[in-house]
Amino acid sequence: MRRTLLEGLLNRPLTEAAPGDDDAELAALAKEVERAAAASLGRSLSIRHIDAGSCNGCELEIHALGNAFYDLERFGLRFVASPRHADVLLVTGPVTRNMREALERTYAATPAPKWVIACGACAKDGGAFAGSYAIVGGVGEVLPVDLHVPGCPPRPATLLKALLAVLGGRGQ
Amino acid sequence: MKALGAPDARPWLDHGRWPLRHPLGASAPADGGEPERYRFLAAEGAGLHQIPVGPVHAGIIEPGHFRFHASGETIVRLEERLGYVHKGVERLMTGADLARGAELAARVSGDSTVAYQIAFARAVEMALGVAAPRRAAWLRALMAEIERVANHLGDIGAICNDASFALMHAHTGALRELALRAADHAFGHRLMMDRVAPGGVLVDLDRDRRAALREMTATIRDKFPQLVELYDNTASLQDRTVGAGTLDPELAQRFGCGGVIGRASGRDFDARRDHVYPPYDELRFETPVWREGDVNARVWVRIREVEESLRLIGQILDRAPVGPIREELKPAGGPGEGWALVEGFRGDVFVHARLGDDGRIARCCLRDPSWFQWPLLEAVIEGNIVADFPICNKSFNCSYSGHDL
Repeated sequence: MRRTLLEGLLNRPLTEAAPGDDDAELAALAKEVERAAAASLGRSLSIRHIDAGSCNGCELEIHALGNAFYDLERFGLRFVASPRHADVLLVTGPVTRNMREALERTYAATPAPKWVIACGACAKDGGAFAGSYAIVGGVGEVLPVDLHVPGCPPRPATLLKALLAVLGGRGQ
Repeated sequence: MKALGAPDARPWLDHGRWPLRHPLGASAPADGGEPERYRFLAAEGAGLHQIPVGPVHAGIIEPGHFRFHASGETIVRLEERLGYVHKGVERLMTGADLARGAELAARVSGDSTVAYQIAFARAVEMALGVAAPRRAAWLRALMAEIERVANHLGDIGAICNDASFALMHAHTGALRELALRAADHAFGHRLMMDRVAPGGVLVDLDRDRRAALREMTATIRDKFPQLVELYDNTASLQDRTVGAGTLDPELAQRFGCGGVIGRASGRDFDARRDHVYPPYDELRFETPVWREGDVNARVWVRIREVEESLRLIGQILDRAPVGPIREELKPAGGPGEGWALVEGFRGDVFVHARLGDDGRIARCCLRDPSWFQWPLLEAVIEGNIVADFPICNKSFNCSYSGHDL
């Protein structure tokens, strides 16, 4: 273990630079957000993830945000275990009929002010599962959505920019 | 229709919230009443209490409900209730064309997207009486082994993380990211969704892409042994994994439990070897088997499988035959019927497809390996402490979406 720890200290970090203010994708996402969180919350966001019916692809990429390359906690962004601690709900998947109530109750348990980010193609309009008897539709059918992150699944870099956009659109 | 003699008649996927009942049969509109209350099995005794968990969990994971009956810290019974992410995939498949079918198959369980794409493609190819070109089979296997490496790395780290050993999680997470980036570079998608089609594959490898994959495997090969040593030499970590969540080999056998979970409990089954499909008949690999059946055994099977998959990736990059990557399928190729069993990272994925006269899908059944693993988690958890549930559950890592379909 000593060797692993020592190498971790001595080697160059894997963490990549934050997206700059000139990043086009970040700017586009920031434009979609009508009310940035920075005004009311400052420089930090607590995020609660809810899988409302996803295939687990989005979850894998959300997980990746925590790895050394993206290291989302350096931006003051962190995932929390309870909606009661959350500022942002990050919702994945088409909303299934079996998950609708759980999603609504999680939203109700989140204190205001709160933001909802719909993550991925399914969360927009049901994606590949649109039209199924078991699906309500996109997240917007059930909750007011502040930002939609495109992709199937979205890349971690895009997800990171989306969270920064909600925070006020600045990487640094 | 009523099932006779069923030991448990509680509806499983149908939570009483759909507009219809029996969606795959002669479906009737739902009666529109309140959803029926789901009665959990009772465990009675002095001092027993219940702990309901989910469907929304504390981590970044899929939804499901776990009902614990506990006596103090000790779990007396775990009952799972699933079906929350049921999306009606089988009904969507019915009447779909092959491209749409492949799109759905790739999204049954996002972590096993390659395995499902291959299984669907092979089932359709059997139904049509065609075979994918040789090079396509090799490229499919390449993607499948990258998927296995990436997922096993993620799981090994996540299991250790559930024992509060974040160091391992950080290192395996970085290696996993390298695997996904290499996949992205080589095939144009980090998880390799929509890369396999009935008849072949959609992306070929050129020299530059092959080099990216070689570099990725070289890096993992270089860094991984140190992490294995770290796992092996950390007594406080092993204290959590050795002897926790033991699955009896007899149970694993009886349930036909595949994948890492089966192989960590002595069930020596690997679809790549036992229902061999190309190109595995031309590749050399071992199937690691442990008998202890605990969390530790499941970690070790994953470790050995990462090493084997890296070897396989090397062989494929060295020896993949040249040639076309896709066979054009005749537009109205049906009717026909076919099936395939493909070894995904979680176990054997089974797909059965029936095509109609018009070449469209008449019926497609997709069976996730988790079907035979979820019930065993209930058995494994009995007698463990509540605080060990996350690490036991992670060591299983069953799919919710693949199971709920």
